[in-house]
Amino acid sequence: MTTPEIINEDAVLFDPIFRTTRQFYAIVIILLAIIGWAVFAYLWQIKNGLGVTGLNRPIYWGIYITNFVFFIGVSHAGTLISAILRLSQAEWRRSITRMAEVITVLVLFFGVGNILIDLGRPDRLFNVIRHSRFQSPLLWDVTSITTYLTASTIYLYLPLIPDIALLRDRVTGWRRWIYSVLALNWKGTEKQKHILEWAISIMAVVVIPIAVSVHTVVSWVFAMTVQPMWHSTIFGPYFVAGAIFSGIAAIITAMVIIRKIYRLEEYLRPVHFNNLGILLLVMTMLWFYFTFAEYLTTYYGNEPFHMTVFYSKVTGKYAPHFWAMVIFCFVIPFSILCNSKTRTITGTFIASISVNIGMWLERFTIVVPSLMNPRLPYERGIYNPTWVEWSIMAGCFAAFILLYMLFTKMFPIVSIWEVREGREIAVDETVKRIVTYFPSEKAVISINPKEKPQGEDL
Amino acid sequence: MPKWAMVIDLDKCTACQACTIACRTENNIPFSSPEEAEKGRAILWMEMLTITEGEFPHLKRRIIPRPCFHCDNPPCIKVCPVGATYKSEDGIVGQIYPRCIGCRYCTTACPYTARYFNWYEPHWNSEMGNAVNNDVSVRPKGVVEKCSFCHHRLQKAKDKARAEGRTLLPEDYIPACVEACPSNAMFFGDLDDPKSVVSELARNPRAFRFMEDLGTEPKVIYLREGE
Repeated sequence: MTTPEIINEDAVLFDPIFRTTRQFYAIVIILLAIIGWAVFAYLWQIKNGLGVTGLNRPIYWGIYITNFVFFIGVSHAGTLISAILRLSQAEWRRSITRMAEVITVLVLFFGVGNILIDLGRPDRLFNVIRHSRFQSPLLWDVTSITTYLTASTIYLYLPLIPDIALLRDRVTGWRRWIYSVLALNWKGTEKQKHILEWAISIMAVVVIPIAVSVHTVVSWVFAMTVQPMWHSTIFGPYFVAGAIFSGIAAIITAMVIIRKIYRLEEYLRPVHFNNLGILLLVMTMLWFYFTFAEYLTTYYGNEPFHMTVFYSKVTGKYAPHFWAMVIFCFVIPFSILCNSKTRTITGTFIASISVNIGMWLERFTIVVPSLMNPRLPYERGIYNPTWVEWSIMAGCFAAFILLYMLFTKMFPIVSIWEVREGREIAVDETVKRIVTYFPSEKAVISINPKEKPQGEDL
Repeated sequence: MPKWAMVIDLDKCTACQACTIACRTENNIPFSSPEEAEKGRAILWMEMLTITEGEFPHLKRRIIPRPCFHCDNPPCIKVCPVGATYKSEDGIVGQIYPRCIGCRYCTTACPYTARYFNWYEPHWNSEMGNAVNNDVSVRPKGVVEKCSFCHHRLQKAKDKARAEGRTLLPEDYIPACVEACPSNAMFFGDLDDPKSVVSELARNPRAFRFMEDLGTEPKVIYLREGE
């Protein structure tokens, strides 16, 4: 395995780990500055209380909860998409699964983190365990997200093992020690391969229901209350669809950037963007369907409290947010992706950025307008997020990017062994598999055209 | 077990807000600056709702005092992840300040928005600070609070009755707002006792409760204004 030829084969994939450019350090410093500022903002909030945010009564939840839902949504990028593609034996998945799975694991920390940032008493966090009441949907979130984080970490780690072994054989010193521990004595024997593939396929099956449960219970935090336009049975599937939608957009965004920076043009080819673009197109339409169904039902039902919230979104104070969401989530991605001529790398990149912005706005227009319009005739609140909230939000994004960058410096961002396997074995396997889809030539010839084939009456 | 409830006769209420002030002093409710109040951060366990009906020139303005409704089926309790809010045996919805993690799920789940959050460390000016009621704990920043039907008064009344070797009488326990009402518009008592004043008033044809269709079963009953 250590022979130089084989290593040189996918040299560009090892490149980021052994060579670090000056720009990389420059970006790290910028990101660290943003994170530092966000930490200062958070300490400011701890010292002075949540009064430093724009929150008030009745708008008790704002940017932090929006970010929580958004990040948990993006987390569906990796594990779920990668698991579905693995199980459906989509061979083009091989070079994109890793970069998708990393998004999941990292972004989950920021989803959970935003809930902690939102707490009035983060010092009492462990009350959630000491005095936990499973009746609360927040506890469902805690359970589901913890399970998801564990499962996705395992699911990220398992396919990493052979690649870590490759690295172990290339480095010396302390890094070698780390990689040897992480590689779990991987030698690439038939037996080890068999166990690994078995474990991966089990995890791929396991993570799908967990992932679905995660965003379902996130939606239930809202849907279980009786508040207008939250108390909706469609919220579970609506949030899951939205999560997969923003997840795919996040993968495409990451892929385009990684492809450019690490020169992975050979591994991330137009076909990957085309296929993911089609998936994104499907989700765009599904998102539109769900949104349309949700809003039409509310409008037609014409219940006064629901209509107050409805109009505050469609024509009222949050109309700019709402219509921007429609444009970013549907108009832009749909018009780009429905045409194969514009479904290029640049095209899918623009569409995915647009979807990311649109889905953040969607989460915002779900959280805030319902709270802004309480049933009893209070003074309607206004919500203007302050510098603290914007700084912390910027810090979350910066920290996510930084962790992602550091990951690419430690592990190959493309699964090397899976790409090699694809090149060496999968082509033959796929051909064999496709052959089994159709009647064999022998069978076709042997059927007597005059004889009625069996089972046609059924 | 008694089921404590309040009746507010809107025909008698003059919206003088004596109940609001009595509540504020009784329960050590911190002050908020005009700027913070403008942002919607004032804490008012007893708040005045202003409802404007009709169109000019046939306008009608109703002002209704609103405490916590102490729902018999409270949506706020269900969602609390740590059990910091609970319903006591006698139906009072309480809040455990030292346990609350400040997630504000209960405040968003309450359909009446009757719960308040401590956005800052509470503060009083010096005169008021010296006059805090020692029976009621001062809440730290970052926790949720709301009207407790002056639960501490119930505990005191129970202790007193026990010391005197008698059972608790309805007049032993009255919240500060009811006590302060100058126009006798507020009544308090046991809804489980069919002969109590509140039970009788609850059967009055003028009686209504806010948003009964939600099934929350509020234990604050209003008597509609007459013509």
